[in-house]
Amino acid sequence: MKLVDHFQYGLNSPICLTWELTYACNLACVHCLSSSGRRDPRELTTEEAKGVVDELQKMQVFYVNIGGGEPTVRPDFWELLDYAVSHDVGVKFSTNGIKIDEKRAAQLAASDYVDVQISLDGATAEVNDQVRGPGSYDTAVRALANLADAGFGQPKISVVMTRQNVDQLDDFKAIADRFGAQLRITRLRPSGRGADVWDELHPTAAQQRQLYDWLVAHGDNVLTGDSFFHLSAYGEALPGLNLCGAGRVVCLIDPVGDVYACPFAIHDNFLAGNVRSPGGFEQVWRGSELFAQLRQPQTGGACRSCGFYDSCQGGCMAAKFFTGLPLDGPDPECVRGFGEQALAARDGSTTIPRSDVDHSRSAPRNSRGPVPLTLGRRPDKACETSPLAGLADDGSDSRLRVAVGGS
Amino acid sequence: MSINQFDPGLPYRCSPSVALRPEPFGALVYHFGTRKLSFLKTPELLQVVSGLADHPDVHAAVEAAGVAEAQRPAYLRALAGLAASGTIEERV
Repeated sequence: MKLVDHFQYGLNSPICLTWELTYACNLACVHCLSSSGRRDPRELTTEEAKGVVDELQKMQVFYVNIGGGEPTVRPDFWELLDYAVSHDVGVKFSTNGIKIDEKRAAQLAASDYVDVQISLDGATAEVNDQVRGPGSYDTAVRALANLADAGFGQPKISVVMTRQNVDQLDDFKAIADRFGAQLRITRLRPSGRGADVWDELHPTAAQQRQLYDWLVAHGDNVLTGDSFFHLSAYGEALPGLNLCGAGRVVCLIDPVGDVYACPFAIHDNFLAGNVRSPGGFEQVWRGSELFAQLRQPQTGGACRSCGFYDSCQGGCMAAKFFTGLPLDGPDPECVRGFGEQALAARDGSTTIPRSDVDHSRSAPRNSRGPVPLTLGRRPDKACETSPLAGLADDGSDSRLRVAVGGS
Repeated sequence: MSINQFDPGLPYRCSPSVALRPEPFGALVYHFGTRKLSFLKTPELLQVVSGLADHPDVHAAVEAAGVAEAQRPAYLRALAGLAASGTIEERV
């Protein structure tokens, strides 16, 4: 059995665990996957968070992707970072850069096992700030400059691909090169506030092809996690994990300790349990019924007869769910156009699910309707997360082509 | 980390910077120094790597893990790769 087939049935512990430490954020990105903004009063305490680290150490989860919200606005962020790395849990954290001043950059440069990922969604301030908010481009670039000046080895620049920035791929690469950083690109999902802007911001079919061609040409030095496996149906498998990792090798611990199948699936339907319950995270990962279901072989449903099913695996569960498409049908961005047809076939009777978890500062909790987006009026946040990362190359397995040395 | 050519006639060990996590397919390998994740694709290979330190040379560790004769060249190639990546290193 190939490795990737083992992954389908789930592992003893996750490979790629995202842990969002807080829903608080100084920005309010229009596409925030976790609808972050306000701190949740039920947030895990410092002691509870350390308890989670202890469990991760015991389960040999070698590193976590920490995000939010903006994780660095938690007053105990640096304490938790130190605690994790001193307990054999390496950390990569995603930030908009707000707290990465010269002093912190020097501190980070001096520490092992810490990776920093700066979110940037435009290669120019104009494009970036429309999505992430005024001043956010400058904040990110300042953080990158501080890290470079401090001699921090290869931070990541993390970009959510949108209709506005696909044309800037070469420019993003140039920015990464300028700061000695590695580029990471991820897919815009209709999760969180992303649902409000997805129609307007997700790449067009032509742009998806452009993105695919760019990845084929440059992808070995660019991280993608499991973002773009739905594009594999264009032809060759892309670097990254070509499989939905949700509940199998990936999961999310949210700021209040809820465990979801993936960072893009903050919704009751994908809630597996809470780390505060008896047995903690380990019990949730190994015992949850939801995860057991996700580890069943997929049937392919409506996609079964498609000749490309083996390469795209029906695409992203969260993207289907939050656009109101059936989970066993095509991805809304199916490269053969079946997703567009399915989207067009939705009618008044189609329920488009929304998450009850909303910490946006712009609206009362749980009372938001769809927000028609006029780009340029909202600030932002840094909340994409990282799926599978850093796997060694395995040329024998077309669904597991991963650049060596990433994360 | 040894920069010498991999020699299965010499004593080796799993690098102290490396952690092995047993999984149904074999094991996950994490190198805390390079922060790289890789895989041991069979339970036998995990047994070989874990047992290196207890044997006078690599051949003895492979033998002790019960690797079939016909499989041994493939295992030695895999071990050479693990030596090149710093997962295992010569024991001195």
